[in-house]
Amino acid sequence: MTLRNDIEITPELVASHGLKPDEYQKILDLIGREPTYTELGIFSAMWNEHCSYKSSKKWLRTLPTKGPRVIQGPGENAGVVDIGDGQAVVFKMESHNHPSFIEPYQGAATGVGGILRDVFTMGARPIAAMNALRFGEPDHEKTRHLVSGVVAGVGGYGNSFGVPTVGGEVQFDARYNGNILVNAFAAGLADTDKIFLSEAKGVGLPVVYLGAKTGRDGVGGATMASAEFGDDIEEKRPTVQVGDPFTEKRLLEACLELMATGAVIAIQDMGAAGLTCSAVEMGAKGDLGIELNLDAVPVREERMTPYEMMLSESQERMLMVLHPEKEAQARAVFEKWELDFATVGKTTDDLRFRVLFQGEEVANLPIKELGDEAPEYDRPWVEPTIPAPLDQTALEPKDIAAALLALLGSANNSSRRWVYEQYDTLIQGNSLQTPGGDSGVVRVEGHPTKALAFSSDVNPRYCEADPFEGGKQAVAECWRNLIATGAEPLAATDNLNFGNPERPEIMGQIVFAIKGIGEACSALDFPIVSGNVSLYNETNGRGILPTPTIAGVGLIPDYAKMARNRFVADGEAIVLVGAPDGWGTHLGQSAYLRDVIGRREGTAPHVDLDHEKTVGHFVLSLIRGGQVTSVHDLSDGGLALGLAEMAIKGNIGAVIGTPPSEAIAAFFGEDQGRYLVTLPASEVEAVLANAPVSAIRIGTTGGDGLKLGTTDPISIKELRDAYEGWFPAFMGATIN
Amino acid sequence: MKSAVVVFPGLNRDRDMIAALTKIGGKAPAVVWHQETELPDVDLIVIPGGFSYGDYLRCGAIAARSPMMDIIRERADKGVKVLGVCNGFQILTEAGLLPGALMRNASLKFVCREVELEIANANTPFSNQYSDGQVIRCPVAHHDGNFFTDTETLASIEGNGQVIFRYTPETNPNGSINNIAGITNARGNVLGMMPHPENLIEPEHGGTDGRGIFAGLLA
Repeated sequence: MTLRNDIEITPELVASHGLKPDEYQKILDLIGREPTYTELGIFSAMWNEHCSYKSSKKWLRTLPTKGPRVIQGPGENAGVVDIGDGQAVVFKMESHNHPSFIEPYQGAATGVGGILRDVFTMGARPIAAMNALRFGEPDHEKTRHLVSGVVAGVGGYGNSFGVPTVGGEVQFDARYNGNILVNAFAAGLADTDKIFLSEAKGVGLPVVYLGAKTGRDGVGGATMASAEFGDDIEEKRPTVQVGDPFTEKRLLEACLELMATGAVIAIQDMGAAGLTCSAVEMGAKGDLGIELNLDAVPVREERMTPYEMMLSESQERMLMVLHPEKEAQARAVFEKWELDFATVGKTTDDLRFRVLFQGEEVANLPIKELGDEAPEYDRPWVEPTIPAPLDQTALEPKDIAAALLALLGSANNSSRRWVYEQYDTLIQGNSLQTPGGDSGVVRVEGHPTKALAFSSDVNPRYCEADPFEGGKQAVAECWRNLIATGAEPLAATDNLNFGNPERPEIMGQIVFAIKGIGEACSALDFPIVSGNVSLYNETNGRGILPTPTIAGVGLIPDYAKMARNRFVADGEAIVLVGAPDGWGTHLGQSAYLRDVIGRREGTAPHVDLDHEKTVGHFVLSLIRGGQVTSVHDLSDGGLALGLAEMAIKGNIGAVIGTPPSEAIAAFFGEDQGRYLVTLPASEVEAVLANAPVSAIRIGTTGGDGLKLGTTDPISIKELRDAYEGWFPAFMGATIN
Repeated sequence: MKSAVVVFPGLNRDRDMIAALTKIGGKAPAVVWHQETELPDVDLIVIPGGFSYGDYLRCGAIAARSPMMDIIRERADKGVKVLGVCNGFQILTEAGLLPGALMRNASLKFVCREVELEIANANTPFSNQYSDGQVIRCPVAHHDGNFFTDTETLASIEGNGQVIFRYTPETNPNGSINNIAGITNARGNVLGMMPHPENLIEPEHGGTDGRGIFAGLLA
């Protein structure tokens, strides 16, 4: 078999498609001839890291993905988890790192668009979004530009689409100077008996293209996203797609309306590698071939080549396999919403992926090998080196109050209000907790008492020092944040951001982080149901901090008993739950060390998963029993930061006793598995009598200042000014 | 009291508005798609918030020129009450049913936060559950809420009592002239406002200050 090919396949052309010589040899062996230019593009799109997970698959398989509530684990557009009453929550997190660095507004906007599409492709109406954003150091020349563009892009898309952004993270570190991270999360609600999958079924059925027209934007985007950045970064801007939330909103409504008619057999959104990836996945999963006729593809530019059509990453497009007898009904729905609808192909029984253009075959490839049987690597890795423990006795003494104010007013621990006020946090009218709480919480519309909690977490400093403990900690902190609102943690999605996996030390970070995540998820009954891997996050050979973001979902059966992280009344007892005798002990890799005294040393804190689980379940029982008036998890910044946040948010002060051990470690140590709770002073004894873990009363709420041990009290105004001041001052500052 | 919610493509607070009208009025409003050629016989027409046609030209400009707006204009001329919230307000100004224009926020950024509204005129069907000078809480969520008119129009709407809601000076989120948050037409039967009272009607929203607007209209 030979196919006409007008463009010579040279080693340079192969290399520019991100394919290594051995991978190209695999292609030659597989098809027994030289590929056409279009076919080379298709292989490049399907076998790149972004679409194939070729470096990480071996390790991802070790993650726990099952549980009594899991309806759909990884492998589909999003994970699906049962929340009872015939309903399910559908969610996933995905990165858009490379595009957002090149073109922050559109990169972030289309990241949000892509994840929303993943969720409604499954038949779910999106009800909540979050974003985990990581930027370079604040003083870096590009940081303000990137922050401003990414935040506007996230808001621009999500606000217009109409989904509340209820949580997220924003962090700064020099290690992201040349490679920021934009991880977008979305969750939706669906009926458990109306979940739609991408697996095509039936031969000779119409393959239908829906949504926006195809243009040249994003051609080669997935391949770009699987490469390191060099100094030619600016030249890559044309590979970034442009978002159109107005079309996406119509696509959502049209898809849900169409799904309700029973016309849809299989559906796949066109995300990375567009038409290629969606068609191949639908066919390969269903053990079917797919034939596409590109002459029928709606295009918005003239003279598009098959190569461009197959690799375009134009947004807001869907591919479906429909029941032929309902095609007319389906067309009417899309015409109502003024969206394109075109039958562009059919399913076949030959397991081939065939692409026709102007009467000629431009690609004819084995579909399984392109899709679910793509190459896989067991890349060499080395075990990470764990740094020496921090010598805490050698730390210079520091005034606790001054240290707390410095921490509150620092880039990484200050309020994110400047960011989240640019996001619509209230739309849909179901938001019970918006950003600033331990988790975002939205009620389940139509149910009298149920709500869902969402949190996104990872501490890249810990992951750099110890990928295994850091991976565990990311899961544990997410789980803890959900518990802190009164939610039963259900399941999580992981967004694994790392450097170049071809370097054994980076591969070692990946391997150990995944091991840690797996161990924590197993211990905490918190399966991973969807995820995304973003590798090659490097610029000029320097990798980012290993950043395996974990986003979790929890269920609150009765939101009347939901907890919040703010003091609510004067004179209540403040109890530290799950802490060691000294309250806090571990300063290695802490926020105090980095943001107050400018050092990053020591080991990451150890996560004792049995302890974590016992403490969490105890705190959850206190919340469910209505025995506590507020709850806050402790993480970055330790006890002092936790107390300050509760005081600022509640506008009520507190007096805290003198810790039984060295004050800096007690107030700023980042020991894991700890919560702060408040309750009426008269009830402390009865409530805590049977506590299965340590529960130490450390102080009392009240007054208009926070007094920590022997230090002078800090007024709430002073705390708030420090906490709220950093971000607006940073973004408002002009550069001369 | 019968109501209808008109939906243009790209509006996205229609569900919030329908929920508010249903929960407060006790029955669901008619939901009218913009391509329909008739509007049911109702006492209140609501244009909810969102991004009609993506706000790609000017906010509300495309929806304002649709045939559905001609139907709404006829009803308004007959005295039917019309409420436009956020994008609905922008559509009403673009359609000429209300004076003035809504410019980009002074901060140039989208803003979603709670503000305080002072009731500047409680003697309208939209505000009669409140009292003059009363201050209520209400969320905003918009990119283009910076109300502006020429001096003459401003004097006229201020003089006629057409300014119904004003941001308290400390909480004006967008730089609007005279802190204007909501106005009516001269006849007093068409109201546009940027804030979202429909998102503050239940204890779960953190308050019920927004109920009065609907309670008065649906009484």
